[in-house]
Amino acid sequence: MRFRDHRVVGDIMTLAQRYRDEGADELVFYDITASPQGRSVDRSWVQRIARVLDIPFCVAGGIRSVADAEAVLNAGAEKISINSPALSDPDLIDALSRRFGAQCVVVGIDSERTAAGHRAFQFTGDPGRTRESGRDVLEWVREVQERGAGEIVLNCMGSDGVRQGYDIEQLQAVRAVCRVPLVASGGAGAIEHFSAAFRDAGVDAALAASVFHDGVIAIGALKQALRSAGIEVRP
Amino acid sequence: MSGTLIIDSGGANLASLQYALERLGVAARVSAEARAIVAADRVVLPGVGSAADAMQRLHAAGLAPVLRQLTQPVLGICLGMQLLFERSAEGDTECLGILPGTVRRLEPSTTRPVPHMGWNRLQGLTDDALLKGLDTEAYFYFVHGYAAPLGAFTRAQTHYGEDFSAVVRQGNFCGVQFHPERSAASGARVLENFLGLT
Repeated sequence: MRFRDHRVVGDIMTLAQRYRDEGADELVFYDITASPQGRSVDRSWVQRIARVLDIPFCVAGGIRSVADAEAVLNAGAEKISINSPALSDPDLIDALSRRFGAQCVVVGIDSERTAAGHRAFQFTGDPGRTRESGRDVLEWVREVQERGAGEIVLNCMGSDGVRQGYDIEQLQAVRAVCRVPLVASGGAGAIEHFSAAFRDAGVDAALAASVFHDGVIAIGALKQALRSAGIEVRP
Repeated sequence: MSGTLIIDSGGANLASLQYALERLGVAARVSAEARAIVAADRVVLPGVGSAADAMQRLHAAGLAPVLRQLTQPVLGICLGMQLLFERSAEGDTECLGILPGTVRRLEPSTTRPVPHMGWNRLQGLTDDALLKGLDTEAYFYFVHGYAAPLGAFTRAQTHYGEDFSAVVRQGNFCGVQFHPERSAASGARVLENFLGLT
């Protein structure tokens, strides 16, 4: 299972500053064990990050109520991202969007191909509790937008962590029904994978973790290559 | 009472702005008290949420007439800038009317999602103290679904499907559509420039 064996990649403050200096446009902090363990994110680090970071950042994991979200946003995060709790309680999307505006409500979708097509999965941070939500991904993409999501992160679980490229075909299908910013996630292993996601799937952003953590791809070199390929990115 | 004051407009996310000023060595106070606002050297009007909610909160605190009469440098950020205009199409809201015109909705398309969320450059930069040291190569972080018109007050504009005001100024009233507190070095420069206004 590609979602198993999560590693500790280093102190988040050090990493956050490093990626900021290298030219990352936005950082996403996933507390992936928060939802399966039924706890919320510890907020003290959000404030510490907000003090030093001068680019947008999003906090994901264990946000199950308007109060949870408010605490994270008040601590200085730009956006909050909900995934498993949105599937358990879709009204949470409406409530968050009404209270804070669509622009800071990101819905993450962990998608995997099943016999019935692509389905949204829950609790993917814990292999023992990961389960299929029963929701078709494209239907869910439509619904979360109607409910007020301001951005969608599509994490293609089949590609995640294997570095064989983003699932372009699935991203294209989602792009066709997605009127809010769409972020590709899962599968980045080479610079060409990023350019393919922008060029062929028309995503607004591409998210990656392990290739940056492991130093396989340097953000500066990636951005330069994207610019050479005619994709406008901030230097 | 003096110094830089951030108006407590009730929305979340004042912290990032406070931290950005802190990084520039300024300890800004957060307040919704008319007397403190009038006495401040500089006033920042942030804004996250909807125009209708924000105006309702300003009215409830009795701040709309106070803001209109401020004579010190004022900086509206994002929704805070939009509130400086006469009206907003967001909830068909009457705003502060300091700047002429109506804030309108950005039209989404399949290649141009709304809200406009991401890094973008400025065009038509004017020789304004707010933009000192910046050029068209500087990127800023935008998050908005509504946009302000162009006018005599426009100091720089941005293009996202259409042209809109990115930096405005009329006398002591300034506004930026982007989030300087989240725009890395270029955003810090704008804040620094604002802190230099007298």
